[in-house]
Amino acid sequence: MTTVTSGVPVVDLPDPDDPHDEPEHKDHRATSWPKMILLSLGALAFLFPFYYMLIGSLQEEPDTSVAGAFPTDGFTLHNYSQINERVNLVRSLINSGIFTGGVILCTLVFGILAGYALARLHYRGAGTLFAALLLVQLVPFQLLIIPLYVMIVRSYGLADSYAGMILPFAISSTAVFIFRQFFLQLPEELFSAARIDGAGELRILWSIALPLVRPAILTAVLLTFIGPWNEFLWPFLITKEADLQPLAVSLANYISNVAGRAANPYGAILAGACVLAAPAITLFVVFQRHFTASDIGSGVKG
Amino acid sequence: MTTTTASPTPVGPARRGARRSVLTTLLGRQPLGIAFSLPYALFLAAVFAYPLGLAAYISFHDYFFTAPGAAVDRPFVGFDNYTAALSDPGVRKSFVNIVVFLVINVPLTVVLSLLLANALNGAIRGRTFLRVAFYVPYISASVAVVAVWLFLFSKNGMVNQVLGPLAPDPSWLVNSSLAMPLIAFFVTWKQLGLYILLYLAALQGVPKELYEAASMDGAGKLRSLWSVTVPGIRPATTLVVLLSTITGANLFTEPYLLTNGGGPDGASASPVFVMYQRGIEQGNPDVAAAIGVMLVLGVLLISLVNKRLLERD
Repeated sequence: MTTVTSGVPVVDLPDPDDPHDEPEHKDHRATSWPKMILLSLGALAFLFPFYYMLIGSLQEEPDTSVAGAFPTDGFTLHNYSQINERVNLVRSLINSGIFTGGVILCTLVFGILAGYALARLHYRGAGTLFAALLLVQLVPFQLLIIPLYVMIVRSYGLADSYAGMILPFAISSTAVFIFRQFFLQLPEELFSAARIDGAGELRILWSIALPLVRPAILTAVLLTFIGPWNEFLWPFLITKEADLQPLAVSLANYISNVAGRAANPYGAILAGACVLAAPAITLFVVFQRHFTASDIGSGVKG
Repeated sequence: MTTTTASPTPVGPARRGARRSVLTTLLGRQPLGIAFSLPYALFLAAVFAYPLGLAAYISFHDYFFTAPGAAVDRPFVGFDNYTAALSDPGVRKSFVNIVVFLVINVPLTVVLSLLLANALNGAIRGRTFLRVAFYVPYISASVAVVAVWLFLFSKNGMVNQVLGPLAPDPSWLVNSSLAMPLIAFFVTWKQLGLYILLYLAALQGVPKELYEAASMDGAGKLRSLWSVTVPGIRPATTLVVLLSTITGANLFTEPYLLTNGGGPDGASASPVFVMYQRGIEQGNPDVAAAIGVMLVLGVLLISLVNKRLLERD
C-alpha cells in the first residue's frame, strides 16, 4: 500500500486566496479608488446589520437614532436572560445541534459513498443517478412541503421527532456533488495500482482516496451545516412541542407571538438572533480557507 | 481449480466467464457502485421522486388529512383543485407577488454580484476580509437577520430616522407597495455572497490573453468588462439566474416574519406561504398541492428558457 501512495503526486488544488499560490505576474499597482470605494461600501452594507444586531442585543433601551448605533455606555446582558426566560436557549441549541449533526453524519457516510461511486466506479445506473442529482437541484424543496408533510407526519407519524426533522435533509446533494468532483480530480493510476495490489473498494476509499480529499470534506461539512442550522419552515411545520424545536423555530415563534409583551422586545429578539447566528459565523470565519471560490468552483464547473 | 479441469465437463470455466459478462452488461463493470450509491438513490426516491408523484396525486383528488392508518375514500376530481386555486384571489396575488420579487431580485443579484466579484478579483488589500464580509449574510439564519431588519425598518427604526421627512408612510413593512420590494432587496442582500463566490470561480477561467488583446485594441475597462468578462462567464450567469429563481420560488421565512404573515392585504404573501396557509392551517392539502405542482412546473419552465436564452451563442 505505501508504495502506491508514495508514488502518487499530491493533489494540489489552486487556491486564489492563498498568497503563496498567487501567480508570479501579480501586479503591484495600487488598487484603483473606485474599486476600493465600491468594495468598502459593499463590506459596510454586509456587515453593519450584524454590528447593529450585537449592539442592539447589549442595550438596555432601544435607541434607533444614528448616534444610538454607537453607544458608549448602558451595556447589559439583561436581554439575553430575558430571551432565555421565554425560549429555553440551551435546549433549543441542543435541538439545532442534533438536527444539524444528524444531517452532517448521514451526508458524510452516504454522501461520500455515493460521490466515490459516481466518480470512480462503472456500474449500471450511474448516469441516471447523476442526472437525478442535477435535476433535484432544480426542484424548490419548499414546494414539496405538502406531500412531505402528508408522508412524514400523517403516514409515518414522525411529527415531533428528530428523525422526521432530519429525513428530508439527510443527504445533501450539493455535498455529494462536491465529493464526486474532488474524487474525479484524483489520478486514475492511483486506483488501478491499488486494485492490482488487491485492495477492495472500501479500503481504497478509506485509506487512499479520503485522505487526499480532506479539504473537500471540510467544505462539504461547512456547506451542509448551514442548511439544517438555518432551516426554518420544515422544523416549524413538524414540531409542536417546544422542547423539540431548534433555535430558528423557537426564536421565530417568539418574534411572531410573544414579542409584543416583552419590555424591550427588540433587545430580546436581537439577543436570540446573536445566539442563532454566532455558531455559523464563527465556523465560517475560523475555516474561511475552506470556503473559497476554488472550492465552490470545483463544485460548480462540473 | 484442478478438480474443475479434471472434471468431464470442461465447459465450467467458460460458462462462468459467460455468466460474468452477462452480469457485467446487466450491472456494469463494478457492480459494487450500486451498493455504494443505493442509500443516496433511495433517499432521492423517498424525498424527491415519491413526494413529486404524491403531490400530483393529491392535487387531482379530494384529499384531506387523516390519522395515520385510517382508510378513507378520496375521489378523483380532475382539475377541480387547480380551478379552485386559480380562482382564489389570494393565490393569484401570491403569484403576482413572486413575479414582482423575481423581477427585482434576479437582475439586481446578477449585476451586483458580478460587479463585486469583478472588483474583488485579483490582488487586493484585505481580500480575505472582504470575501468573508460578503458571505456572512449568506451563512446566517434568515430568522436571525430578519430580526435585525425588523428593527432597522420598523416605524421608528434607524432607516426612517435617517430618512427623516422622506420616510415612507405607511412605513416599509406595512406599506402594501413597498413590502414586497423590500423583501426582494433583503433576499438579494442575503444571498449575494454565494453568487459573488460563483462569479469569482468563473472569473478564474477567463483567459488573461483576452484582456491583453482587448486593451491592445484600445478597449477601456468598462468595454473589456462588457466584451470579455460578461461573455466569458456566461455559464456562471446561467447558474446564478437559475439559483436565484429557485431561491425566490422557495420564499417563505421573510414574508412570514418580516411582514408578519404576508403583509397588508397579502401584499407580500409568497406562494409557499399561501400553500402553508391553505394546506396546513386551513386543512386543504389538495388545493395547496395543486399550487405546488404549478410552481414546480413554472420553475422547470423558467430554468429551461433561461438555459436556452443564456447559453445560445
